[in-house]
Amino acid sequence: MIGPVLKVTDLRKAYGAIQAVGGVSFEVMPGEIFGVIGPNGSGKTTMFNSVLGQITPDAGKIELNGHDITHKSPQQLNQLGVGRTFQTLQVFGKMTVRDNLLVAAQEHQGSMWSRLFAPGDSGLGDRADALIDQFRIRHVAHKKAGELSYGQQKLVDIAMAFMSEPDLVLLDEPCAGVNPSLVGGISSLLKQLNQTRASGKKASSFVVIEHNMDFVMDLCHRILVMVEGQVLAVGTPDEIRGNKAVLDAYLGN
Amino acid sequence: MKRLPLISGLAIAAILLAAPPFLKNYGIYLFSYWMVFVIATMGLNLTVGYAGQKSLGHAAFFGIGAYSVAILMQAGHSFWLGLALAVIACFVIGLALGFPALRVQTIYLAFATLGFNTAIWLVMRNEEWLTGGTFGINNIGRPSLFGLSLDGNLAYYYFVLGMTVVMGLLQWKLLSSPWGKAFTALRDNPIRAESLGIHIQGYTLLSFAIGAAYAGVAGALFASLVQFIEPAPFAVHASIMMYLMVVVGGPGYFFGPLLGSAVGVLLPEWLRFAQAWYLFVFGAAVILLMLWLPDGLLSIPARLAAKRQAREASAARAAAAAKLGN
Repeated sequence: MIGPVLKVTDLRKAYGAIQAVGGVSFEVMPGEIFGVIGPNGSGKTTMFNSVLGQITPDAGKIELNGHDITHKSPQQLNQLGVGRTFQTLQVFGKMTVRDNLLVAAQEHQGSMWSRLFAPGDSGLGDRADALIDQFRIRHVAHKKAGELSYGQQKLVDIAMAFMSEPDLVLLDEPCAGVNPSLVGGISSLLKQLNQTRASGKKASSFVVIEHNMDFVMDLCHRILVMVEGQVLAVGTPDEIRGNKAVLDAYLGN
Repeated sequence: MKRLPLISGLAIAAILLAAPPFLKNYGIYLFSYWMVFVIATMGLNLTVGYAGQKSLGHAAFFGIGAYSVAILMQAGHSFWLGLALAVIACFVIGLALGFPALRVQTIYLAFATLGFNTAIWLVMRNEEWLTGGTFGINNIGRPSLFGLSLDGNLAYYYFVLGMTVVMGLLQWKLLSSPWGKAFTALRDNPIRAESLGIHIQGYTLLSFAIGAAYAGVAGALFASLVQFIEPAPFAVHASIMMYLMVVVGGPGYFFGPLLGSAVGVLLPEWLRFAQAWYLFVFGAAVILLMLWLPDGLLSIPARLAAKRQAREASAARAAAAAKLGN
C-alpha cells in the first residue's frame, strides 16, 4: 500500500492566549489535490507556515513520504521535494523570467562547489523552456519579471514552484488578485501539472489554500475545512457542499 | 543607442592602455590608484550590489591585504606569498564577518561591520610590534613577474591593470555561473530564495568572503604601489568612501566599480581648482547624484531606454486612438 505524501498529526501552534492551530491532522495522498478552506483567522496560514518550516509548531508531527520533517528549514524542505508559492507575488524582479525559472531549480543540480563551474543555466534550459511554453509566457521570457503585469508575474511565480519537480506543492491563494479569466487558466494549468510534471511522468500532490470557492470545488479532489484552529470537516467537494456544519460555520447560510 | 556601451567601453580600454605612457609620474600613480580601487570596489559590489548585504568594513580587508604584503616583504618574503596570504586571510576573516549578517540586516548590519572595521584599525594602530603602529611600514618593495622587474611606475601600473582585468574576468565568470543567480536571488527576495532550496546562509557568507578577498588583493597591490603604509587609509572613512563608490557607479552593475572608483579617486583631483571648496563641491555632487540617480551612473542607459519605450508606447496609443476616432 502506498502511504500518504504528507501526513500532519495533531499540529498545534498558539500565539499567547490564542490557539491559532489546535490539533490539526490530515493526510495528502500521492497525486491528490487537497484544498484547505476556512474563514479568515481560522488558522490556515499558520498551519501552512508550520508545514513549510516558516514557523515552529508547539506540538505535532509532520511527515513527508514517511520521513519526519517537523523541524526542517524551508531550504531543507525544498531540497526534500516540497515546492511552494506565497500569498503575495514573490518573483525576483530584476531577473528575467527565464532566469527566475532557472534559479528556482539550480540548487537541486550538483553540489554547491560544482555549481560554481556549472553553465549559467545549470543544464535546466530545456525544463525552463517547457514550463515557459506550458504557461504561455514565451513572449515575455527575456523580460525582467518586475516589468510584467500582475497576472503574468503570478504565472511566473507559480511556474517557479514547479521547476524543481517537487513531490508536493503548497499553493497559498494562487488566485488572489487574479482576474476571472486567468483563474480558469491557472486551474487548468494546475490540473495539467498534477497529471504530469514538467518533464517527468510522476503525478505530484498539491495543497491549495484558496478563498475562491468555485476554483476550489472545481480543482480539488478533497477539501479540509478549518474553523478556529480546528478541522471542521474533510471530504470531497460534493460532501463539503452538502455538509450542514460547513454551511453554517463558513458559508454563513 | 545599442552601440553606446561598446563604444564607451572601447574608449575606456584605449585610455587605460594608451594614456599612462604620456602621463607624468603622478598621473601614472593616480591611474594605478584608480585600478586598485576598482578591484577593491568590485569585491564590495559583489557583497553589496549583487548579494544585497551591507558592509561598512571593507577598508579593514583592504588594510589586512596591505599589511600582509608589507609585513611579509619586510621579513624578506616575496610579494606573491604576501598576496596569497592576503587573499586567504581576507577570505577567512570575511567569512567570519558574514556571520552577523545571518542574524541582522540593513543598518544594524552596517553598524556591526563598522565596529569590525574600527577594531581592525585599532589593531593596526596599536600593535606596533607587528604593524609599526602610526609610524607604519616603510620601503615596501615591488614584485617581479617572470623575471621582469615591476619597480618602474609604468611597469607597475600595467601589472595592476592586468590584475584588474584578471579579477574582473574571474568575477564575470562567477556572476555568470549559477552562483551569480543565487546572489541576486538572495538580494531580491531571501525568503523566496530559501523556499527554492537556495542555501541563503551559505551564499551570504560567501558574498562577504569573496568580496573581502577582492579587497585583500587590492590592499596587497596598494602596499606595493605606495610603498609606505600606516593605519589611516584603512579607517572607517575609507570604508564609507568605498561604499559611496559602489553606490555612485551603480550597485549590481558589473562596470559600476570602474566608474564609481573614477568618481572617488579621479574627481577629487579634477576638483583641485576649487581648492578649499573641493570637499564642498564633491559633497554637493554626491547629493545631486543620489537625488537624481539613486541607482548610480550606470542606471542612465536603462532610464533612457525606459523613457524611450514609454514615449513609443504613448505614440502608439495616440495613433491607435486617432484611428478609432476616424
